[in-house]
Amino acid sequence: MYSDKVMEHFTNPRNVGEIPDADGIGEVGNARCGDIMKMWIKVENNIITDIKFKTFGCGAAIATSSMITELAIGKTVEEAEKITNRDVAEALEGLPPVKMHCSNLAAEALGAAIADYRKRTASTA
Amino acid sequence: MKRIYMDHAATTPVRPEVWEAMLPYFSTEFGNPSSVYSWGRSARKALDSARDKVAALLGASASEIVFTSGGSEGANLAIKGVAWADQNKGKHIITSAIEHHAVLDTVLWLETQGFEVTILPVDEYGLVDPAQVEAALRPDTILVSIMHANNEVGTIQPISEIGALVRARGVRFHTDAVQTAGALDLNVDALNVDLLSISAHKFYGPKGVGALYVRKGVRLHPLIHGGGQEKRRRAGTENVAGIVGLAKAFELAQEEREAESARLQKLRDRLIEGLLQIPHTRVNGSLERRLPNNVSVCFEFIEGESLLLNLDLRGIAASSGSACTSGSLDPSHVLLAMGLSHEIAHGSLRLTLGRENTEADVDFVLQEIPGIVERLRAMSPLYQG
Ligand SMILES: Cc1ncc(COP(=O)(O)O)c(C=O)c1O
Ligand code: FES
Repeated sequence: MYSDKVMEHFTNPRNVGEIPDADGIGEVGNARCGDIMKMWIKVENNIITDIKFKTFGCGAAIATSSMITELAIGKTVEEAEKITNRDVAEALEGLPPVKMHCSNLAAEALGAAIADYRKRTASTA
Repeated sequence: MKRIYMDHAATTPVRPEVWEAMLPYFSTEFGNPSSVYSWGRSARKALDSARDKVAALLGASASEIVFTSGGSEGANLAIKGVAWADQNKGKHIITSAIEHHAVLDTVLWLETQGFEVTILPVDEYGLVDPAQVEAALRPDTILVSIMHANNEVGTIQPISEIGALVRARGVRFHTDAVQTAGALDLNVDALNVDLLSISAHKFYGPKGVGALYVRKGVRLHPLIHGGGQEKRRRAGTENVAGIVGLAKAFELAQEEREAESARLQKLRDRLIEGLLQIPHTRVNGSLERRLPNNVSVCFEFIEGESLLLNLDLRGIAASSGSACTSGSLDPSHVLLAMGLSHEIAHGSLRLTLGRENTEADVDFVLQEIPGIVERLRAMSPLYQG
């Protein structure tokens, strides 16, 4: 049911964990299936230098979390913000139709971490 | 890689003795049982003998057996058949919250057609309370359908007790015995049922064939109209090979039932005990009133589909009631009805043992699961170490 790429990210997920001194943290829940994803980002000079995630969810949720961390790392905050769930699904060589909503979770978690980072920098500025 | 199949509640392989018994009815004995010449007669003979066997195993008579395409059709025929035949007597139907969708969705569909439905709750072990069934009976109740044992958590219902209460009021009583055929005794008088459905592929017979017991005197409106087969209760040229296979598989399962159940029960308990060594793990269902081959647990903080994928990578086939494994994205209605939260129900794992499973298989599974659970927990935002 899953592509080789999805299974590869599922079996060897990249960037699992937490960042204790993160610059932004995002946590989102999936209203449709009840799954939860949390993401930590480290930002230096407006560039995402480190990113970690934890996911309570299906194989697709784990693989999309892993994939989005690879896509986002090294990008500017603005570039990373533009990553959509379609980009993630494409990078994973497709997701089964019933699993497309899982990729929303990853894009939303990253978006929430960036929003948190913005809020923090706005209040310290 | 060694592969271990532990999903026998989903389906089972066809036993060699069974397909050997079926083979002639695909080739040399291919006749239509309704034909008068020798080919027809030999097919008719096979059909009659299969019906006699199934009837004897249920403690019924041959005329009370209707062959179907499986458990889903059996439930549909029993429920819609009685509802349509008896609707002049009343339009109220009772069932339970943990039924298989073949029953639950049929009853809910009848609700859209003007029938009234009561869906009884279950306790934390998945048990239906006979007193609640009795209290739900109304003057216009025409049918009660309660499953014999649950396919997800293995809880065995007090069918005989419920049957006595229901039938004393002149109400028809159906039980979905799809999971218990081959595992428990199915004497229809001891069980106190009017209708009982079974499906061959759950007891090492072929898929797509089942049987419905219909007690003499119970009127049934057919689902399928056409020829006069099955005493006008189910039109269509009979699936002769499949029916022969069902009868053979049922016969073998009954012969071996006690010894095999005792063997499976030991493996089951070893598996449950081993899994409970994993922290934050709970058993679903009753430990006493449980199918001999059913293991159902929830591992907190993790999700079932990712667990199944990891097990599959190690050659182990199992199932889960997680939302992520179901097309609907809702976790198992059975676990929710037993009072589990969405989050916990998400982390459910069902292992159902069968003929080919050995102690070594159980030990292999017990050796693999803890590491998988630990790895997924390390990845879970809900787990605090
Ligand atoms: C309890 C129960 N009832 C009904 C069915 C449906 O049987 P079938 O697959 O033969 O239609 C199943 C099997 O999935 C079952 O487990
Ligand atoms: S995240 Fe639940 S189905 Fe994928």
